[in-house]
Amino acid sequence: MAGETSNPNFLLTTMEKGVNWTRTRSMWPATFGLACCAIEMMATGAAHNDLSRFGMEVFRASPRQADLMIVAGRVSQKMAPVLRQVYDQMAEPKWVISMGACASTGGMFNNYALVQGVDEIVPVDVYVPGCPPGPQSLIHGILTLQSKIMSGEIKRSTGIV
Amino acid sequence: MTDTSHTEEDNVASTPDTPDAGVVDESAAAERLREHDIWVAGTEEPEWIANATDEGAQEMLPRDLDPALAVQRGVVVDDDYVEEETIVDDERQIINMGPQHPATHGVLRLHMELEGETIRRVKPIIGYLHTGMEKTAETLPYMSGGTNVTRMDYLSPLNNELCYSLVVEQLLDVDIPPRAQAIRVLMTELNRISSHLIWLATFGMDIGALSMMIYGFRERESVLDFFEKVTGLRMNHNYIRPGGVAADLPPGWEDDVEGIFDIVRAGLDDYQDLLNGNPIFLDRTQGVGVITPAEAQQYGATGPIARAAGVNFDLRKAFPYSGIEQYEFDVPLGKHGDVFDRYLVRTEEIRQSIRIVEQVLETMPAGDYRTDDRKVTPPPRQRIDESMEALIHHFKLFTEGFKVPVGEAYQAVESPRGELGMYLVSNGSAKPWRLHVRTPSFATVQALPVMLTDLIVADVIATLASLDPVLGDVDR
Amino acid sequence: MSEDTTPQEEPQAADADDMVEDAPIRDLPDDPILAPLAEAFPTATFTSFQPRNGPRQDTVTVPRDDLVAFVGAVRDGGFETFVDVCGVDHLNRDPRYDVVINLLSMEHTQRLIIKVGLTGDDPTIPSITSIYAGANFYERETWDLFGIVFEGHTDLTRILLPDEWSGHPLRKNYNVGSVPVQFKGSHKTS
Repeated sequence: MAGETSNPNFLLTTMEKGVNWTRTRSMWPATFGLACCAIEMMATGAAHNDLSRFGMEVFRASPRQADLMIVAGRVSQKMAPVLRQVYDQMAEPKWVISMGACASTGGMFNNYALVQGVDEIVPVDVYVPGCPPGPQSLIHGILTLQSKIMSGEIKRSTGIV
Repeated sequence: MTDTSHTEEDNVASTPDTPDAGVVDESAAAERLREHDIWVAGTEEPEWIANATDEGAQEMLPRDLDPALAVQRGVVVDDDYVEEETIVDDERQIINMGPQHPATHGVLRLHMELEGETIRRVKPIIGYLHTGMEKTAETLPYMSGGTNVTRMDYLSPLNNELCYSLVVEQLLDVDIPPRAQAIRVLMTELNRISSHLIWLATFGMDIGALSMMIYGFRERESVLDFFEKVTGLRMNHNYIRPGGVAADLPPGWEDDVEGIFDIVRAGLDDYQDLLNGNPIFLDRTQGVGVITPAEAQQYGATGPIARAAGVNFDLRKAFPYSGIEQYEFDVPLGKHGDVFDRYLVRTEEIRQSIRIVEQVLETMPAGDYRTDDRKVTPPPRQRIDESMEALIHHFKLFTEGFKVPVGEAYQAVESPRGELGMYLVSNGSAKPWRLHVRTPSFATVQALPVMLTDLIVADVIATLASLDPVLGDVDR
Repeated sequence: MSEDTTPQEEPQAADADDMVEDAPIRDLPDDPILAPLAEAFPTATFTSFQPRNGPRQDTVTVPRDDLVAFVGAVRDGGFETFVDVCGVDHLNRDPRYDVVINLLSMEHTQRLIIKVGLTGDDPTIPSITSIYAGANFYERETWDLFGIVFEGHTDLTRILLPDEWSGHPLRKNYNVGSVPVQFKGSHKTS
C-alpha cells in the first residue's frame, strides 16, 4: 500500500503523466443509478448531453469492468452494504463521484432511513451538488475528476478505507 | 413455521437455516476467511455468518414451506396458466437478480427459482430505496410538502404534487381558479408524455432495441426544456402547490408547446414503424407477462396494466379532478393483458395526452394562477411593500405555514403508472399528522409473480420493463 | 330496527381528530351497496364527508372482530378492486392505532374506506389477504412501520426496512432520526 511515491526520475514522471492521461480517457462508469439522479445520469448519456464524447457511454453492469462509480441517488440503510460490496468488487484504479444532494450529504431527507452522505461508506473523489444535478453539472463533475487525475492529485485510489 | 406473534424486538422471522450466532472460539481472521470459503457442490452446506447482504427473513424458503407459492400458482387468485412442473431438488436453482442490475429499473431485487430456464417462483424484495418520506412528510409544512412528495415517483413528479395539492385542498376551504386548474392539467399531461417517453426508451432498451433509449430521451428533452422554462427545474419541480401553482406560465409558452407536439408526434410515428412490425419485438412481447382483469383488480394493479387487460377504468374519467372533464379524450384499452398490449396502450396514451394538451392550449382561461385566499398562498412580491397585511401573511406563511382544518381525506389521480392516491390525516396544525401515499408501482410489483409464472428469464426483463415500476414509488 | 341515521358516538370521536363535517350517510336507504351492509352489520358505523373540491367520501368504522366478515361482504357487494391498507398512529387517543382499508368499485365508481381502531397494548388485527390478495405487501408494510400484527398473514416480515432493524419508525414515539447538520463556520452542534 506504499503507492506511487513521487519519483524524481524524468522518464518515470512523463510515464506517470501518460498513465494518468490514459486513465482519464474512457473511464467506464458502473451502473449505480438509484433514484431521480439516475434519470439525469441517463439523460447525460443520451443524445443531447453526450457522455460518449468522453468515451463514457458504456455503463458497465459488472463492477469488475468499471472504473468509476457514480452514486446517483439516495442510499438507504438497506442498500448501503450492497453499495459497499459493489465498490469492493471494482478493480483498481477506481473513483467515486457522489452525484446529487442525497448521495453527498443525505440531501433533504435527514431521517432514519438514509445514509447521510455516501462518504460514510465509500471514499468519494468528487461531489456533484444539485437535486438533481442537471447533465451539465454532472459533466462538470466528471471533468473535475479528470483534471484531478491528470494533475496527479489522486494518485491511486486508496482501496480499503 | 410461520410465527406471527411478533414482539417489538423480534423483527426477524425465524427461518430454518439461521445459524446460531457466535462461534466464539474462532479468531476474527478465521471468521473472515470462512465467509469467503468456496462451497463445493455436493459437500456439506457450510454455516454462514449473517452478513448484511444475506437474505435473513427474505430468504427463499423450500418449496414445501413457502406460503407465497400457493399465491403464485394461482390457488388464491384465479390464475390463467398452469404448466406441469418437474422440479427435482438438485435441478432447482435460485438466482438472484439485483438490486444493482442494469435492467431492473432501479433497485429491485428478484429471487427467482428456475427449472432450467423456466421460472417457477419469483419473490420480489424491495426496500432498497426506502427514504422515510411518509415520516418526513410529518415534519414539513404543507407548502413544502410538495418537495418531499415530488421525489417519490421521480419520472412524473408533477402528478405527485398534484395529488398532494388536491388532497390538502379537499380539507381546506378554498376555490381553485380555472386557470390554475388548466395549468395543472397542462403540466401533468405533459408529464405523462415525458414519463411514457422514458418508459419507451427503457423498455426498448431492455427488449434489445438500443436506439430507443436515445430516441426516447431525445424527445423527452423538449418537454424538459419547457418544464425548465416554466418551473425552473427539469425534474422534481415543486410547482403545483396547495392553492394553485407556484408561478404563471411565461409568455410564448404556446409556441413551445406546439413545438413539443411536432417533435413528439413525428418521433412516435417513427418508433411505431420501427417496433410494431418487428418480428423479434413481437415474439418477445406478445403473449408474455399476461395478467387477467380479475388478477389486476385483486392486486390493485391499475393504470395501463389494467387497461391493457381490458379493464375500462381511468381515474380521469371516473373521478375527474382539476377540471379534466372539460377536455375530450379517449381511454385506450387492450385485450390480452400482455406486454405488447401495454406497449400499445401507452403509446396511444401519449397521443391522447397530446390531444388533451392541444385543447388546453386552445381554451386556456385567463385569470389567477392561484387562489386569492391570502391565508393559503403568499401575496405577490410587490404587495409586500405596499400593505402591512400582505407582509404579515407572507411572514406567517413562510415561518409557520397555513393550518389545515381537522379531517381525513383520500384523493387519487391517474399517474402514468396507475392510481396514485394520498391519504391525509390532519389534526389542525400546519404539518400533516399522517400522510400515506398509495403508490401504483407498489401494487404492480406485488402482482409481478403472477405475471411471471412459467416464463423464461428473458421474459422477466420484458415483463418488468412493461410494468414501468419506479422504485422511488415502491419504497418511498 | 330503524334506519337510525344519527352516528353513534364512537370512541374515536373523543378527540379533535374527528372529521368536523361528519354527516351520516343521508341516502343510506338509497345507496344500493352500502344499505344492505349497514343492515347486515349493525356494529358498523357509516359516515360520509363531502369535501368542497372532491368526490364524496364514505367511511365505515368496524370493530376488529367483524372485520373479515365485513370485508368479505363488501367484496361480494361489488368492491372488487383492492386499493390500500395503511396504519395511522393517533398517539393520545384511546384506540391508538387505526388501520385504514381502502377499496374501490370500478363497476359502480365508488370508494369505501374501512377503519378499525386498535389499542396500543394489543395492536393485532386479522389479515384480509384471504379476501384480497393484494393486501399482502401492504400489511407487511404496516407491520414494518407501525408494529401492527396481522393475524393469518403468511409472511409477516419487514419489507421496507432492513431485517435487523429494531423499532417501528412511523409510530409517533419514534424520532424522525435526523442528524444535526454542521454548517461551515458555525459553532453550534445542533
